[in-house]
Amino acid sequence: MTNAVETNALQISSLVKTYKGGFQALKGIDLTVKQGDFFALLGPNGAGKSTTIGVITSLVNKTQGQVKVYGYDIDTDLEKAKSFIGLVPQEFNFNQFEPLINILVNQAGYYGVDKKTALVRAEKYLKQLELWDKRNSAGRELSGGMKRRLMIVRALMHEPQMLILDEPTAGVDIEIRRGMWDFLQQLNEQGITIILTTHYLEEAESLCRNIAIIDGGKIVENTSMKSLLAQLDGETFVLDLLPFKSEIALNGISSRRIDDSTLEIDLQKKQTLNSVFEQLSAQNVEVLSMRNKSNRLEALFVNLITNNSTKKEAK
Amino acid sequence: MNNSIALKSILNKETQRFMRIWVQTLVPPAITISLYFIIFGSLIGSRIGDMGGVDYMSFIVPGLIMMSVITNSYSNVASSFFSAKWQRNVEEMLVAPVPNWVIVAGYVGGGMARGILVGLIVTLVSLLFVDIQIHNVWVIVATVTLTSATFALGGLINAIFARTFDDISIIPTFILTPLTYLGGVFYSISLLPEFWQGVSQVNPIVYMVNAFRYGFLGVTDVSIGTAFMVIGFFIVTLFAIAMTLINKGIGLRS
Repeated sequence: MTNAVETNALQISSLVKTYKGGFQALKGIDLTVKQGDFFALLGPNGAGKSTTIGVITSLVNKTQGQVKVYGYDIDTDLEKAKSFIGLVPQEFNFNQFEPLINILVNQAGYYGVDKKTALVRAEKYLKQLELWDKRNSAGRELSGGMKRRLMIVRALMHEPQMLILDEPTAGVDIEIRRGMWDFLQQLNEQGITIILTTHYLEEAESLCRNIAIIDGGKIVENTSMKSLLAQLDGETFVLDLLPFKSEIALNGISSRRIDDSTLEIDLQKKQTLNSVFEQLSAQNVEVLSMRNKSNRLEALFVNLITNNSTKKEAK
Repeated sequence: MNNSIALKSILNKETQRFMRIWVQTLVPPAITISLYFIIFGSLIGSRIGDMGGVDYMSFIVPGLIMMSVITNSYSNVASSFFSAKWQRNVEEMLVAPVPNWVIVAGYVGGGMARGILVGLIVTLVSLLFVDIQIHNVWVIVATVTLTSATFALGGLINAIFARTFDDISIIPTFILTPLTYLGGVFYSISLLPEFWQGVSQVNPIVYMVNAFRYGFLGVTDVSIGTAFMVIGFFIVTLFAIAMTLINKGIGLRS
């Protein structure tokens, strides 16, 4: 039964999943997600992210371990646990021949939401995600981005307390993706716990407060986004310059000239961008724009996965 | 959790599905049965004379209606549930707090709705060829309802095991059709040699067709009580199998 002071939206203990062929997809995972969190679950392909989500949502039978959703154990209170979860799966899994409004009303019905309430919610969320005009179209008539948004609306029809999104923005153009980020942030601000898996690491970095990285069926990192990013020793910036033929000398800062109008600098933790700009100004170098060479989280992610692979090989 | 809303949602979805594609689901049985009436009833039947104490055309009407009910109840659930598995929209229900018995009841209800609707259409078509008499309306209603439920459950079990679209046509082609044709639709089993009469008694469709025919004509080759016991046995057994399979997640969960 649930604990009255339950603060965890999700609690996974020693979760193991071995598929029929003997492949062990999860090797004893422990994971806790607090209520109201925006949590990233990252990992390379085949790491075990979708299996973990499958077990939480009961689409995959676990081999061992315990999963609790808002305090409800999926072994003993599965239906109660399910009522807290809204799932946006990786693949389009709605009936492609059914009108959107029917898909949504039926989905709400599976959670015991009556038709009248379902129609009100469908209108609200379809309008928010700019799909209202398509309400009577069949699913197959939608573009890829619209289908992704439809799956988010569908997952919200019973107004769940925890939303699990498995690569929700895959294949979506940047404008729509950013719109979806804003929408998800609004949901999170309203108190909905969000668990996100994504291959766009800038998405995880900008949205999530806590993060777990899974590789080879094991959690290799589980911390706050802030602490993880603090592990970075430095960052590489790319500066776009007005064409400048002469040498550029930066005292105490590692730099490379890529061409006349591009300069890369490696900035260590204690060094500031101000000192870089001061030195460039002194040499009459004009900077047009600046960007990170790679996403900060991406650099850490690659390091962690590489280290984990090296450890496995050493064993 | 309000299970009645969940059940109604599945039933709505299933009914909307076969009504949306009515040209594929409702028209073909009407055409096929019309051909049966024209060929077996009017052309050949007029040379056969009476069977079971009634004219041949009247004799085959209940069997043909029941044949449509059986095939449509079965194929509706088999194709709908398999499509839901194949397109993965069955996951919409699996992730929701819908009890498994509601999923079974919803799909079976959808299959029954199509089977009974097609049965009504075929009955209307038959009125163009013969005057239908009714001996016992309650036997008719009970038989058609229970038979459609039995075959809808069969279709569901077939769909749970099916991995390809071929798998949902194997049972209807190689088991259901032969059993139906040998189930006394076109003849009275009393005409068969003793050995084949004995064999026919293990064919459940014989009991369904005969009970249904009794409701219309008051003639039957089997006891009505036995017929309902056989149908009841199959419903309970198939329901138990379907529930066990869904509870274990066979064909549905990894």
